[in-house]
Amino acid sequence: MTATEARPEAEAPEREIGRERRRKEDQRLITGRTRWTDNIQLPGMLHLAMVRSPFAHARITSIDTTEAKQSPNVVDVVTGQDLAETQGVLINAWPITPDQKTPTHLPVAIDRVAFAGEIVAVVVARSAAEARDAAELVDVEYDELPAALDLKEAATDTVLAHPDLGSNKSAYWVFDSGEAGTGGNVDDAITQARDSGGIVLEREYRQQRLIPAFMEPRSTVVDPTGEQLTVWSATQIPHILRFALAATTGIPESKLRVIAPDVGGGFGGKLQTTPEEWITVALARRTGKPVKYTETRSESLIAAHHGRDQWQKLTLAADREGNVTGLKVQLLADLGAYVSLVGGGVPVLGAFMFNAIYKFPAYHFAVQTVLTNKTWTDAYRGAGRPEATFAIERLMDELAAEVGVDPLEIRERNWIKHEEFPFTTVAGLEYDSGNYEAATARAKEMFGYDELRAEQRRRRESGDPVQLGIGVSTFTEMCGLAPSRVLGQLDYGAGGWEHASVRMLATGKVEVVTGASAHGQGHETAFSQIVADRLGVPFEDVEVLHGDTQVAPKGLDTYGSRSLVVGGEALVKASDKVVEKAKTVAAHLLEASADDLDFSGGRFTVRGTDQGVAIQEIATAVFAAHNLPDGMEPSLDSDATFDPVNFNYPHGTHLCAMEVDTETGALRMRKYVCVDDIGNVINPLIVSGQVHGGLVQGIAQALWEEAVYDDSGTLVSGSFVDYLLPTSADTISFEVDHTTTPSLTNTLGTKGVGEAGTIASTPAVVNAVVDAVRHLGITDIRMPCTPERVWRAIQDAGSGTEPTTGAAAPHFDASTGMEGTVDRTAGAQDGAQQ
Amino acid sequence: MVRINLTVDGARVADDVEPRMLLVHYLREKLGKTGTVVGCDTSNCGACTVHLDGTSVKSCNVLAVQADGGEVTTIEGLAQDGQLHPVQEAFRECHGLQCGYCTPGMIMQSVDLLKDNPNPSEEEIRLGLEGNLCRCTGYHNIVRAVQHAAGAGGTQAAGQTEAVQA
Repeated sequence: MTATEARPEAEAPEREIGRERRRKEDQRLITGRTRWTDNIQLPGMLHLAMVRSPFAHARITSIDTTEAKQSPNVVDVVTGQDLAETQGVLINAWPITPDQKTPTHLPVAIDRVAFAGEIVAVVVARSAAEARDAAELVDVEYDELPAALDLKEAATDTVLAHPDLGSNKSAYWVFDSGEAGTGGNVDDAITQARDSGGIVLEREYRQQRLIPAFMEPRSTVVDPTGEQLTVWSATQIPHILRFALAATTGIPESKLRVIAPDVGGGFGGKLQTTPEEWITVALARRTGKPVKYTETRSESLIAAHHGRDQWQKLTLAADREGNVTGLKVQLLADLGAYVSLVGGGVPVLGAFMFNAIYKFPAYHFAVQTVLTNKTWTDAYRGAGRPEATFAIERLMDELAAEVGVDPLEIRERNWIKHEEFPFTTVAGLEYDSGNYEAATARAKEMFGYDELRAEQRRRRESGDPVQLGIGVSTFTEMCGLAPSRVLGQLDYGAGGWEHASVRMLATGKVEVVTGASAHGQGHETAFSQIVADRLGVPFEDVEVLHGDTQVAPKGLDTYGSRSLVVGGEALVKASDKVVEKAKTVAAHLLEASADDLDFSGGRFTVRGTDQGVAIQEIATAVFAAHNLPDGMEPSLDSDATFDPVNFNYPHGTHLCAMEVDTETGALRMRKYVCVDDIGNVINPLIVSGQVHGGLVQGIAQALWEEAVYDDSGTLVSGSFVDYLLPTSADTISFEVDHTTTPSLTNTLGTKGVGEAGTIASTPAVVNAVVDAVRHLGITDIRMPCTPERVWRAIQDAGSGTEPTTGAAAPHFDASTGMEGTVDRTAGAQDGAQQ
Repeated sequence: MVRINLTVDGARVADDVEPRMLLVHYLREKLGKTGTVVGCDTSNCGACTVHLDGTSVKSCNVLAVQADGGEVTTIEGLAQDGQLHPVQEAFRECHGLQCGYCTPGMIMQSVDLLKDNPNPSEEEIRLGLEGNLCRCTGYHNIVRAVQHAAGAGGTQAAGQTEAVQA
């Protein structure tokens, strides 16, 4: 051992946190050396094909599998009846009210199907192609039932999605600031505004149905040949999957190993426990052979869960100067055919965010979740918070128009000032840090805000057929899910902690185990940077292990922008425990008091001397265990489980310039600037990627994407030909910057970034589109703002059509004589069922 | 079954295949070239892009029998002598990938794009990659990667790849 060699200070390693490290993950991915679930081939492996219902709602009268069973290399064909209880059941982890109506969700339907795409039979064959051929031969007879398709109509129970439940209304969840003691009574605020000549805005917005559309189709492989059942799945949540499988199939949790190998994107779409996973497990157990199921893209689009799908009724009260005095929110949220894993919890995640960055004195939120005969919905990037942000940021633009001031000015009048943090909001959350003024000032400067406003005026005045619109979105979000105690208060079925282990190997290398399983976020790189700094070891010497319940036995997985702010903090705590243990050994080896030791750059030194020892040398000494302090356990390895005390609140100011051709409705994004405050940044390169990708998903909601059903409940946007994912040719390059107020809820001062871009960008774009044509009398265009919808809005505005007057929605007060806006939004009368 | 003979990533291979077998399934299932992936069933996403006789093709849109006698290069054959192709290097350097699922197709298409147009403008890059979908990156850093590769001689190396194939 060379424990006492002095080391020149010049060799102190550069700090890893903040460096634009290139990703450790990339070498494999750019050379095709990948481990997608569908790549797995095992000896004797069998393949599945699903027989899916073409009807949205139907009774299954018979299933004839005879011909399919005689097809070449078919091993078995099973129905729901054949599997019966052995198939388990799919769970809802978040019953948002005690009386929530939750239909039983079987992996393979037995007597009735509740959406087009639901599985009614499964073919097992020696190859995937033979399984699919035979699936065509399964003869299923159905009695078609009336289907509940339109969300608003379903809420009236005219047609029942599940007749035995007696109602489509699943749960009604309310937050009221008056009742919660976090603010005043919103109805009083609205009355006051009406009586005193203030402003009352009544708007209704549509959050269209979206499809997460991760690039890797879902795939599951189950190997029953070992003592443990091994499940590989393209999932965001291997740990939750393991728990739910054990809880519903009777397989002991200790007999289940779940592996999420390379996973090709998720965006919430793989935050799910799926019928296909349960079926693959059931068939592997039934056949005793390894079994694989990989979905086609078309299957993915109809049967993997969808997102958003809400109607939002909003009433905002303000004084004449535009100081908001109250906000009332009433949502209808489409659950689809079943209450899925998070299900009705998605709109509840938005409940605390409609007040956004503002100081509203009174707030009321209510959501009615509704069952329909469409694909079930669940989390999609942002989950609840994009919907809330869209609503309030659209409303603030409307308020600015009403008052006649710049949209940024109206925001500034209402937002929380930087010196007012920490700030407890009307929704009862404590925002720990932020500086909305700084982010906005920087964004305006980068955008050239005043110049673009001047250009907008010039185009207005000259009657340019191409008009310019400027859209603003000053967002915040609650992320870093989540304090377990709060989740418990909200009746969520699990906690929100995260786990980490740090192992010092004998050679001085470090293994880090995290329960947050990545699927594109770059955890291996960012987490290596954190641990390298914390332990003072080289970045290259840190190996991050995740995504296998046998390697990473504890964890709550990756979603809700939680990996860094919750999982990263667990890593910090585990690393610090390693250092504490190493310090005892260092003191022993250096024959010094632990109190006299400094730890820096991976080295313990005796203060005031040149004596020191590196942590790697201590690791080797602990491995040999020849010379340790009396009674010390020969191990530096440490675990930590971190349960956050608060959510995490990134924020930012996004500015978008859109050109609208008023003759054709054609749209062109001219410029997009965002300045996000995500606290301290671990890896700026990874952060930029998260922001860019998030932006495009949010922009896509504003301009392109929509899951459309026809009158019979068939998803007509059921392939990539029809569901419009943006391409490189549709998008532009972005201008991204950051201001920084460190978060106070974690040691590193970081805030989540995974969902920020998506949450912020949608209203920025729609605000810009509306701003471009507002002078024509247009106050809203429904998403996606297609050229057709924009053109129609312009035509309708110019045709002198009478606006809807009086109370257009039940909760709007007709006596005020103010205009309601329900269904006046352009495109609301499109033929397709929404 | 039909007998096919072809060269894949420099190696001569021969197999009996069903006439309906797609090239991508042949690569994945018969040859174990799982670097090339399937992302859709309508030839929209481009995740399965490979080079057939020096030109990019979506291998889900080519039958294995159509590749008979041809030369196929996949993402697994792009690096030469342990040296990453400049376009591969550029994707890593510019963070042009996140989950990595579209990346093999995106890289193969970018190599082809730069072969045809060694100094593309941003718009030409965006139009040239229009047939390849990515859900993670928002394309921003993919465009940067192609620009970076063009500046770093990505086209020259693409030409060299062709020479190796020939």
